[in-house]
Amino acid sequence: MTIQHHPDIASLMSCAAGSQPEAIAAVVSAHLAMCPECRREICCMEKIGVALFASLAPAPLSCRAPVVAARAREADRDVAQCLVAQGDVPAPLAPVLGACLDGIPWKRLFPGVWQHRVRLSACASGDLRLFKIAPGTKLPEHRHNGEEMTLILRGSYHDKLGTFRTGDIADLDDAVEHGPIADEVEGCICLVAVEGKVRYKGLIARLLQPILGV
Amino acid sequence: MLQVLERGRIRRAPPVTPSRTMADLLQRVAASGDVEAFRKLFQTYAPRVKSYMMRQGTDPNTAEELAQETLLTVWRKAGLYSGEKGSATTWIFTIARNLRIDRLRREVAWQPLPEDHNEKASDDPAPDEELSDRERRDRVQAILGELPQDQSEVVMLSYIEGLSHSEIAERLGLPLGTVKSRMRLAYQKIRDGLEDLR
Repeated sequence: MTIQHHPDIASLMSCAAGSQPEAIAAVVSAHLAMCPECRREICCMEKIGVALFASLAPAPLSCRAPVVAARAREADRDVAQCLVAQGDVPAPLAPVLGACLDGIPWKRLFPGVWQHRVRLSACASGDLRLFKIAPGTKLPEHRHNGEEMTLILRGSYHDKLGTFRTGDIADLDDAVEHGPIADEVEGCICLVAVEGKVRYKGLIARLLQPILGV
Repeated sequence: MLQVLERGRIRRAPPVTPSRTMADLLQRVAASGDVEAFRKLFQTYAPRVKSYMMRQGTDPNTAEELAQETLLTVWRKAGLYSGEKGSATTWIFTIARNLRIDRLRREVAWQPLPEDHNEKASDDPAPDEELSDRERRDRVQAILGELPQDQSEVVMLSYIEGLSHSEIAERLGLPLGTVKSRMRLAYQKIRDGLEDLR
């Protein structure tokens, strides 16, 4: 797998800082699992946070160190970290999606396009969805709003920006208008994160508009 | 705030407690549940974690609770730490950052990299890794101290105050694109500055 399209440097930095909205952080983490180049980059970016942390003035504590018991010193390795993806779902997503994309309970959105919403934390303001686009389907021209990120998980699509294949990220800003066409043979499955729900509804409406004629 | 280091000053005076010692303390906790080693780690890191949490806008009591919880996580997970993967400070900061996302933002802390991540293909022990990690951090601190104010401001807001790009744009009254380009400019300098240490 040769990855051609990566997240914007600023997006990777925000991920390294742990400051990215949850939905977008999920997409970037999944890309990192597939992209050694970005993993190296993010290692370097994480040093910024550590350097800043190390130079913070310590805040005096009012309590002493808690009493710790040896019995409690058991590594509670997160379940997520133990999961090694068996199928085509990147490891960070496996706890929420399962190991294989074939097991996703798709809901049809409109002809040739299915979606599956990924549940986020109750406080998260963004939106994270999987889309499955039938081979050769062309989405209407649309524009993105603010922070939005797409990761290709299977197949590919092409638009005027190029061809986006498995592992590629489309980190588009609102200046870009595009009408992606899913691969004629494989179609395309992608994970799309946006920062706010309201904006996303706008996108769905625009996507539906030419089809429903509203 | 950031300690501004003058250009050309290659290395700072040795820290009161050398970083290597911190990694040793962590390994003692991992190997034998050394309570005394844990107490020393707590004294060194808990006040910094508290300071970090307060920068997120939490009250001092909550910040202190989160600092306690961070260090208790260090105690529990010490077995997962390996000195080859970076300094004790890097590892403990990662735990604090993830706890901050979980507790203060109430979101899932999608890990940029798993805690047991290691990009190096080699299985050889790397005794100098801890030292070079420290060296890189000093270099990053020096570069951060030299950034123009408009760039260091967005970096601080992102890394220490935990704001997303959109939140930074709103806070500073700037277009989103300007925030991103300042972040990119800052990183370019840091990346260039670390080129010979990579």
